[in-house]
Amino acid sequence: MRIQPPGLTTGVVCATIFEDVTVIATESLSKRFPRVTALDRLSLDIGPGVTGLVGSNGAGKSTLIKILLGLSPATEGRAAVLGLDVATSGAAIRERVGYMPEHDCLPPDVSATEFVVHMARMSGLPPTAARERTADTLRHVGLYEERYRPIGGYSTGMKQRVKLAQALVHDPQLVLLDEPTNGLDPVGRDEMLGLIRRVHTDFGISVLVTSHLLGELERTCDHVVVIDGGTLLRSSSTSDFTQTTTTLAVEVTDSDTHPDGTDALRQVLTRAGVNLVGHDGLDGQGLPGAGHILLVEATGEETYDIVRDSVAGLGLGLVRMEQRRHHIAEVFRTEEAPRAAAVTQTVSAVVGAVQQKGSGRDEH
Amino acid sequence: MSTETGAVSGSETSRIHNIGYRSYDGKRLGRSYARRSLYSQSLRGSFGLGRSAKSKVLPMLLFGVMCMVAAIIVAVAIAAPGTTALPIKYTAFAIYLQAVIGLFLAAQAPQSVSRDLRFKSVPLYFSRPIERADYVVAKLAAMASALFILTGAPLVILYVGALLGKFDFAEQTKGFGQGLVSVALLSVLFAGLGLVMAALTPRRGFGVAAVIAVLTISFGAVSTVQAIAWQTGSTGAIEWLGLFSPITLIGGVQTAFLGATSAFPGGEGPGVGAGVVYLIVVLALVAGSYAVLMRRYRRVGL
Ligand SMILES: Nc1ncnc2c1ncn2[C@@H]1O[C@H](COP(=O)(O)OP(=O)(O)OP(=O)(O)O)[C@@H](O)[C@H]1O
Ligand SMILES: [Mg+2]
Repeated sequence: MRIQPPGLTTGVVCATIFEDVTVIATESLSKRFPRVTALDRLSLDIGPGVTGLVGSNGAGKSTLIKILLGLSPATEGRAAVLGLDVATSGAAIRERVGYMPEHDCLPPDVSATEFVVHMARMSGLPPTAARERTADTLRHVGLYEERYRPIGGYSTGMKQRVKLAQALVHDPQLVLLDEPTNGLDPVGRDEMLGLIRRVHTDFGISVLVTSHLLGELERTCDHVVVIDGGTLLRSSSTSDFTQTTTTLAVEVTDSDTHPDGTDALRQVLTRAGVNLVGHDGLDGQGLPGAGHILLVEATGEETYDIVRDSVAGLGLGLVRMEQRRHHIAEVFRTEEAPRAAAVTQTVSAVVGAVQQKGSGRDEH
Repeated sequence: MSTETGAVSGSETSRIHNIGYRSYDGKRLGRSYARRSLYSQSLRGSFGLGRSAKSKVLPMLLFGVMCMVAAIIVAVAIAAPGTTALPIKYTAFAIYLQAVIGLFLAAQAPQSVSRDLRFKSVPLYFSRPIERADYVVAKLAAMASALFILTGAPLVILYVGALLGKFDFAEQTKGFGQGLVSVALLSVLFAGLGLVMAALTPRRGFGVAAVIAVLTISFGAVSTVQAIAWQTGSTGAIEWLGLFSPITLIGGVQTAFLGATSAFPGGEGPGVGAGVVYLIVVLALVAGSYAVLMRRYRRVGL
């Protein structure tokens, strides 16, 4: 897919970023802690734009970010950020890069303005520039009057915006965002993702954003990298993902004629040739309503129609029909698979299958 | 294109946001500037400047007490007819008012370092050009400077008073100089010890308690044992016992090298030989504090 050029706004012409420029490159990068291997010979090549780094807990996402910032030495292998070697040019990298940690990092007793100004100065901005950039950046992330109040009184969404602002305040060429949607409700997530998208399109800053939710990143990113157990599962442009992972979660009521409405619908849909994903289409995740949710693979508008008509035909009530966000584990791990070497294999097999299905339908 | 959907959501907010982004082409002043900024921010913070009104109360009060006592001493000296010198030596002032200095350190050291640790802001520093050593040096220097202002300002008041009282100029200037050197040493030592204790106890309350406890308990213990040694006639032990508390360490150094009158029982302060040991211990403690802080921040980075 094409990567859009950075936003050229208010007449300020940013350095043109060419498509073939590498923003992050790693080569056989490994990080071993005494008891775990956090990264295992990971080789990546990430260009400009918004790149998602997806992996479940402990996959090695944060570890990779720390190595890219030059804060934690790799056990073996090499990594370069913006063409600078992380092992030797850590300081130069940190001058050009912004970082938003996954954990809380804000003191509650100062205002967002004071805090971000301070962080701007820590990035080397002179006092006046630090104040101006802070005002601009806070406005861009959507903080207005509240920026003069102590951070302690902010909502989680506002705090995440302050964390994002401190990463952007010095106008870096690249920001590393570690789980920026953590703790946000669906609306907050969408706003944060929209903001992240704009960091690239409007600000011209490349983004590496991590999450354990594949679904939310595929809508925001140009490119998604999936890692598990420190190894690369997949690296591809998002168009492949979006084609294959649109799933509808459908929940219906039971009725007198169909005491098991879910099962009745499943049979009707199967007959209609609709693909059901998951365990025979049943959501076995132990989520609320699990066992009563059918996961239907949506191939387009017609799938919605078929589901709606089938439900109506059976005389059932439609409790919900929604697009599902995939939890990464849901997509890449089969149930009950023992945590052994076999896992990676199964996972790759699944990925392979998914990939194949995806490529057949590119014209959609 | 599918990836555009993210930007569409929250249409109302993104409309407001859409005010042209301006990139920054100005100066980036780098590490040493960041270190200086952190230093001045921390130093100002020690006196509550740039912080809430509430945080100004205690440090300003303590600073006021120090200056007030000095002013009273000056007033008494000048008012009394026929006085030719200040009633106390410059070097004695900080020893007399050690409780005030201890309180200041106990309150300000934790606020200087514990907040960044407790609220996990430290990684935000280290993800910038600033390095661990810059952070530690800036924090240490800021705390030492704050203590130096706290202990040096009253000496300036004493000196100005002494000049107004037309006391012997050479003698006063020498005493003032010795006093300044002594409080400078005290400031660096106390800053190091205070920050170490605060950094090892990220809960602010514990940090305050730890600093007060270490200063008062060590001083209390040393004084008690010295008094016992004095009464049992083992005067030779007194000069060595002073090595075991921060304030008596400074007392020992200034007795040996800065013309101070020893506050030890019987005035049994260390001579030049023992004084060298005192000085070495002070410098070792300062270096040790730096090393411990550097270690403390090694893991926190991330
Ligand atoms: N300092 C450390 N010492 C020992 N093990 C560590 C250290 N940091 C990370 N690990 C281990 O390395 C692995 C990868 O951790 P990492 O934090 O990179 O995962 P992650 O993908 O960011 O996970 P999460 O989604 O939970 O944030 C984990 O097993 C973790 O326990
Ligand atoms: Mg993580």
